[in-house]
Amino acid sequence: MRIVVCVKYVPDATGDRRFADDTTTDREAVDGLLSELDEYGVEQALKLAEAHGDAEVTVLTVGPDDAKDALRKALSMGADKAVHVNDEDIHGTDVIGTSAIISKALEKTGYDLVVCGMASTDGTMGVLPALLAERLGLPQVTLLSEVSLEGNTVKGRRDGDAATEQLEAELPAVISVTDQSGEARYPSFKGIMAAKKKPVQEYDLDDLGVEADEVGLTGAWTAVETITARPARTAGTVVKDEGEGGKQLAAFLAEQKFI
Amino acid sequence: MGEILVLVDHADGVVRKPALELLTLARRIGEPSAVVLGAGSAAADIAAKAGEFGAAKVYVADGAEFADQLVVPKVDALTQIAKAAGAAAVLVTSSGEGKEVAARVALRLESGIITDAVDLEAGDGGPVATQSVFAASFQVKSKVSHGTPVITVKPNAVAPEAAPAAGAVENVTVEFTGKAAKVVSRTPRVSSGRPELTEAAIVVSGGRGVGAAEGFGVVEELADSLGAAVGASRAAVDAGWYPHSNQVGQTGKQVSPQLYIAAGISGAIQHRAGMQTSKTIVAINKDEEAPIFELVDYGVVGDLFTVLPQLTAEVKARKG
Ligand SMILES: Cc1cc2nc3c(=O)[nH]c(=O)nc-3n(C[C@H](O)[C@H](O)[C@H](O)COP(=O)(O)OP(=O)(O)OC[C@H]3O[C@@H](n4cnc5c(N)ncnc54)[C@H](O)[C@@H]3O)c2cc1C
Ligand SMILES: Cc1cc2nc3c(=O)[nH]c(=O)nc-3n(C[C@H](O)[C@H](O)[C@H](O)COP(=O)(O)OP(=O)(O)OC[C@H]3O[C@@H](n4cnc5c(N)ncnc54)[C@H](O)[C@@H]3O)c2cc1C
Repeated sequence: MRIVVCVKYVPDATGDRRFADDTTTDREAVDGLLSELDEYGVEQALKLAEAHGDAEVTVLTVGPDDAKDALRKALSMGADKAVHVNDEDIHGTDVIGTSAIISKALEKTGYDLVVCGMASTDGTMGVLPALLAERLGLPQVTLLSEVSLEGNTVKGRRDGDAATEQLEAELPAVISVTDQSGEARYPSFKGIMAAKKKPVQEYDLDDLGVEADEVGLTGAWTAVETITARPARTAGTVVKDEGEGGKQLAAFLAEQKFI
Repeated sequence: MGEILVLVDHADGVVRKPALELLTLARRIGEPSAVVLGAGSAAADIAAKAGEFGAAKVYVADGAEFADQLVVPKVDALTQIAKAAGAAAVLVTSSGEGKEVAARVALRLESGIITDAVDLEAGDGGPVATQSVFAASFQVKSKVSHGTPVITVKPNAVAPEAAPAAGAVENVTVEFTGKAAKVVSRTPRVSSGRPELTEAAIVVSGGRGVGAAEGFGVVEELADSLGAAVGASRAAVDAGWYPHSNQVGQTGKQVSPQLYIAAGISGAIQHRAGMQTSKTIVAINKDEEAPIFELVDYGVVGDLFTVLPQLTAEVKARKG
């Protein structure tokens, strides 16, 4: 069985994230890493592969040169091989364009099960898995906090706003897993060493048959008009509780007309 | 001005507040029409409510598919209606499901999509959406430059305002097409009796500092005295002290209430991402160095187990 995990290389959320002059994410200012929410995707893919016995896990990313770091991390967790789609023309692509590139790469790689994270930690849209399902004509079984494979059927639990749902679909399918699906493993020393020897297949847009004008800033179907740093919140009052803290807080809330 | 389709979010036969907010926003950019899917016999009441908030037309479609299959039937319906109506824009509430539906509709309409807008206004080249990004440290204004703008909007972007319109119901028969996952069973969430987290005017949240599931008692008592919703940090949720459905933050709910009270929460960037746009922020934390204090309008350095009960007693006394 071929399992492909889509992972994104993102700027570290604990760093000072900014935008570049062309309104795209500044990838110089802050160190990048494998999106923490995609570690859950890698973890569940490895678990499913272990349970299946005869499965191969490929990790796939669309991103700049440094995105290799994200692939290495996933390989050191235990994935078997990697696919890196890298092309200067991809810079600035919106989500519709990204989904076009990834679906082409998936077709080239081959898959029975596509695994995604619940959302990236930079764009945070949470829609790419649904777009892949739409493009590939596959069922989407997404936002799962629990997932299993039984024969050719993928099953999972989705905790929605109003209800918890049990879902199932036949393979091939696209799934996404949440950060409730189970802690991701740490790469072992052996895993890190082994990852260095695992194959990374590179593709550019030509290899995938994607036209340059379908992607990038010019091919985007959305356009950023302005970006404004949010004014820092003005420092408020902080008091030490000397026995009256609750009362002082009540006085503040009353003054603000909350009580 | 063109027709602006609003996908009406409903549960248990009742319109959810964010749908009324969407109708209010839709009036800024065109003429709102509501789309009510899979509401069964509640459709008439929901349509009437949508009319009260400005929907001239209400498209109603029903069928077992909406409940039995994930996402795709709604995509089929909304795309079909958008095409038939020649919609000028499509607005959907930013929930997990809402965003997935919106994205697939956008692709089928060959249109761009913007998610998680916190505001929407009319612009020269179509609607302009405001997003709050990178854990609310930037405000980005953007628009859809190709096709029919599809935009998902977060709850609490605007206060819903009534504006009675015809609310004329048009029944639609949907052609279901796509390959969807089966919904094998559905267990509705049991209501806590407290306000919905994303809709509440006041949210009181507890974190690791609460120390145990029982510790949330003081948080709940304060919340109840204020008529507030209860939230929790991921640390508290991961410890099993409070349900995941109450988690506030990047991977939980994103809230933007009038007042947010954080008790025993340090203020990690992922928690901030879910509450930083709250109007007034208050924190109680025994560590004066806790980063949450950088955000607060009012902070108390102290033990939440003494400060919260004192505050609750005072709130009750003042409310009489
Ligand atoms: C702050 C910000 C706001 C943005 N807003 C919009 C917008 O409103 N509309 C728009 O069209 N674009 C927007 N973009 C651009 C968009 O983020 C990118 O196009 C991105 O490639 C896909 O969206 P996402 O990161 O939100 O993915 P999500 O939909 O959140 O990602 C879900 C999952 O898809 C997989 N995945 C995502 N990206 C990749 C990748 N590059 N390689 C492999 N797998 C991947 C991962 O498994 C991930 O967990 C925004 C970008 C930023 C930084
Ligand atoms: C990808 C990713 C996504 C995440 N998503 C989320 C999310 O959605 N929501 C979220 O909250 N976190 C999220 N996190 C986790 C986040 O990074 C923090 O770990 C988490 O918010 C910490 O929770 P906390 O503030 O309750 O705990 P801590 O950081 O441990 O803080 C506890 C605080 O309580 C104080 N305290 C202790 N005892 C008392 C007392 N008796 N009285 C008063 N104060 C006391 C302490 O001084 C301390 O400041 C995410 C992390 C990652 C990597």
